[in-house]
Amino acid sequence: MGESLASTSNLLVYSAMTVYVVAFVAFSLDLSGRGRAAAAAPSRAGALVGAGGAPAPSTGTTGAPAAGEPAHERRAAAAIGVTTTWLALLLHTGAVLTRGLSAGRVPWGNMYEFTLTGSAVVTAVFVLVLLRRDLRYLGAFVVGPVLLSLGVALAVLYTEAAELVPALQSYWLVIHVSVATVSSALFVIAFSANVLQLVQDRRERLALAGTPPRRGQFMDKLPGSVELERAAYRLIALSFPLWSFTLVAGAIWAERAWGRYWGWDPKEVWTFVIWVVYAAYLHARATRGWDGRRAAYVAIAGFVCLLVNFGVVNVFFPGNHSYAGIG
Amino acid sequence: MSAPSGEATRQPRLGALGTARFVWRQLTSMRVALLLLLLLAVAAVPGSIFPQRDQDLAGVATYVEENPALAPWLDRLSLFDVFSSPWFSAIYLLLFISLVGCVLPRSKQQWTAWRSAPPRTPARLERLPEHRTVLAEGSREQVLVRSAETLRRSRYRVQVRPDDGSGSVAAERGHLRETGNLVFHLSLVGLLLALAASSLLSYRAEVVVPVGQGFTNTVARYDTYNPGVWVQPDDLPPFAVQLQDLSVEFEEEVGGQLGAPRDFQADVLVQRPGAEVEPDQIRVNEPLHTGGAEVYLAGNGYAPVISVTDAEGRLVYSEPTPFLAQDDAYSSTGVVKVVGSRPEQMGFTGAFLPTADFDDVLGPRSVFPDARDPLLLLTGYEGDLGPVNDGRPVNVYELDTRLMEQMTTEDGAPWSVALRPGDDAVELPGGRGTLRFGYPPDVVAAAQAAGEPASAVDPLPRFAGFTVRHDPGRIPALVFSVLAMAGLVASLFTPRRRAFVRVGREPEPDGRWRLDVAALARGEDAGLAEEVDALARRLGAPLAEPPPEAPAARSPEAAAAASPAPGGAGATSTTKTADRTGS
Ligand code: HEM
Repeated sequence: MGESLASTSNLLVYSAMTVYVVAFVAFSLDLSGRGRAAAAAPSRAGALVGAGGAPAPSTGTTGAPAAGEPAHERRAAAAIGVTTTWLALLLHTGAVLTRGLSAGRVPWGNMYEFTLTGSAVVTAVFVLVLLRRDLRYLGAFVVGPVLLSLGVALAVLYTEAAELVPALQSYWLVIHVSVATVSSALFVIAFSANVLQLVQDRRERLALAGTPPRRGQFMDKLPGSVELERAAYRLIALSFPLWSFTLVAGAIWAERAWGRYWGWDPKEVWTFVIWVVYAAYLHARATRGWDGRRAAYVAIAGFVCLLVNFGVVNVFFPGNHSYAGIG
Repeated sequence: MSAPSGEATRQPRLGALGTARFVWRQLTSMRVALLLLLLLAVAAVPGSIFPQRDQDLAGVATYVEENPALAPWLDRLSLFDVFSSPWFSAIYLLLFISLVGCVLPRSKQQWTAWRSAPPRTPARLERLPEHRTVLAEGSREQVLVRSAETLRRSRYRVQVRPDDGSGSVAAERGHLRETGNLVFHLSLVGLLLALAASSLLSYRAEVVVPVGQGFTNTVARYDTYNPGVWVQPDDLPPFAVQLQDLSVEFEEEVGGQLGAPRDFQADVLVQRPGAEVEPDQIRVNEPLHTGGAEVYLAGNGYAPVISVTDAEGRLVYSEPTPFLAQDDAYSSTGVVKVVGSRPEQMGFTGAFLPTADFDDVLGPRSVFPDARDPLLLLTGYEGDLGPVNDGRPVNVYELDTRLMEQMTTEDGAPWSVALRPGDDAVELPGGRGTLRFGYPPDVVAAAQAAGEPASAVDPLPRFAGFTVRHDPGRIPALVFSVLAMAGLVASLFTPRRRAFVRVGREPEPDGRWRLDVAALARGEDAGLAEEVDALARRLGAPLAEPPPEAPAARSPEAAAAASPAPGGAGATSTTKTADRTGS
């Protein structure tokens, strides 16, 4: 029973990855401008239809005029991207559920499962945000990393399904990890927006200086740096309280498992560092003399810390994770 | 010493007070706060790279051994005590001074802002970022009162201004944003104080207890004891815990996690002060509350019973001896200190392997944590054990052999022995006595005769490692954390808005009143337009379809000039679109 569920889970992961690839290609096509058609905007038609290889007009389009996306554009490729992302999410969720069922517990007991579940949450958060706001231009930058982390999970992190060591059997841990996952997912999406913001910012400045960038024309289809900055801020503002909660729930769990709520374990150090860096980001935005660009660097630093926390700390730094004897 | 006053006045200088004020202003600026925050993050990182004394004393010792040249320098920079180092402390203390210096004046401002009236109603509401026009019924006074009521229900603080021109209502909401921000920052101060209380007033102790034995909450009984600076030994509340049983389960299925722990549970009897003895259970995530302290199950292992007789044939040692696990399969090490043997004291060190295996490369080791094929390997020493009972409990698990000599066989090789439970006693070399894995047969027979359960003379009981912790800072820390989060959410998600309603100078020809509804937000506010739409809908009916020159409909004059033709549903939406796209 457990065996077959686990292999069903693996099968679903492969299927999800296949569909993600389709979504990724679709979103990329959308960015390249191929999947777009100006439906009822004849005045723009010349500039937009099939603009794949043709250089955009030197100014004006770069950084999108304040109004942002041309309102009357049909984006077939983006629509395909969204639909396939939903489908992939469905398969991905199935993989998470069967994995959890096969082990008889929550599916985040080891790094493989955490990556599997975490990336599903990234996708879920993204499609849910899409229901409210048109962030389809971020699609490739969300689906791409999800695909990559699934690949890494299968290739490097894969572990057989099994029960948890006792110290990990706590509902506080369930709360802690699930909130951390949602929060990380938001940080991932915000990171994509921040990076795009910096690229866009550079292009805008080049255009202002009269030397518009010659490569990366697809960026013209994205909103300008100001709007990207705002999107990133909203995501981080949403995520920061969740991360704060992660910190507190983790402390409560540590209190119950080890008899101290805060012990500067490497894992705790990095959770704290991430929190402080994102707090610094929120400050930076409110500090006179710090424009959106410098604040974005702080947010990106926060994201790097997030990666270090997950990738490096789990593997390399010694921590309070030996439960066998008294150390 | 003091400079001549004449000279002092001639020199243009800031003066001590001026300098202090300058430094203070810098320290409490947003820029410095940001810098300190970033510094704090960077400063914490080495604490995860190097082992920390507070948390991994053994790790530090190993590190020092492996890096003899580097370690003293790291130590001089406090890199093994990052979180109590002067530089780390300096950063967070400055940060919190900055915080208090920044937040207190803002709190005072906020206190006055709470109680002041909303700002003046702007003369030209159509200039505000969001603006709608509706028609409302009733008298001018009724319209004003109704507007105020509607705004109040949307959680605005409202002031009605009947004498402001043709009459207006001004409203403001979102003080909660600033209040939340202040609560957040002040709670951080509270959290810091709670952490300080934790480190000053808490104690933490560890004790190893074989099944069948117990411990009392006294410093002398503990293997390790770390009190906060302000904790006295007398402060420990008296209670006692007796370990009845310890059940341990490991993963049995062959696979990547074979032997991983699955469940630990300690059955205990607890004697609290002034109460009956009560049975209770301790599990890994479920500590025991004893009134004043928590007892956590932190580890477990085996305590093989070792019995030693000396050269005179007296039984000088016969007790469960904890061997501490060194790996996931519980390959364990331990020592036996035989204090009372004659002619000299004896000591043994060695390994205990619950499921023994002899690997060609790795040597003897355990391959599974449960006792499937237990084996005890020992070598012996003779001489002076040194001070054993001087109250420094960590030594229990180490044998100081500086004043001892290793026991050797007749051909001069080091003596060693491998024993299974129930094996016959082995002779120690040189007629020093005997050693046995288990209780001597006469003890076992006596116990059976007395009707004691077999577990009382089990040669291989388990032990539990308990952590005892008392921490008065943890509840305040929790309270301030929750407050901080509440403040944070209020601060990040409360929109700060001002809304205004102005009544037209004259009633419209049909007797209704024209209302200008407008709002602006401080900071970004994606929901502003929606809110103004909703307000407008509640305050009156949409304006009739304006004449073709739509943009002009904005000014009251033009609207008044427009004929009030009754408009259908289609007309309504047109009005709104025109209004929105124009703003
Ligand atoms: C322990 C150090 C600090 C931490 C962790 C911290 C954290 C934060 C966070 C997370 C925010 C954004 C959320 C909110 O608006 O409530 C914030 C906002 C703010 N902080 Fe701090 N802060 C710290 C110290 C300071 C200090 C020293 C100052 C004064 C110089 C300060 C002034 C402010 C101000 C004015 C805002 C509002 C910014 C805005 O309007 O968006 N904070 N802080």
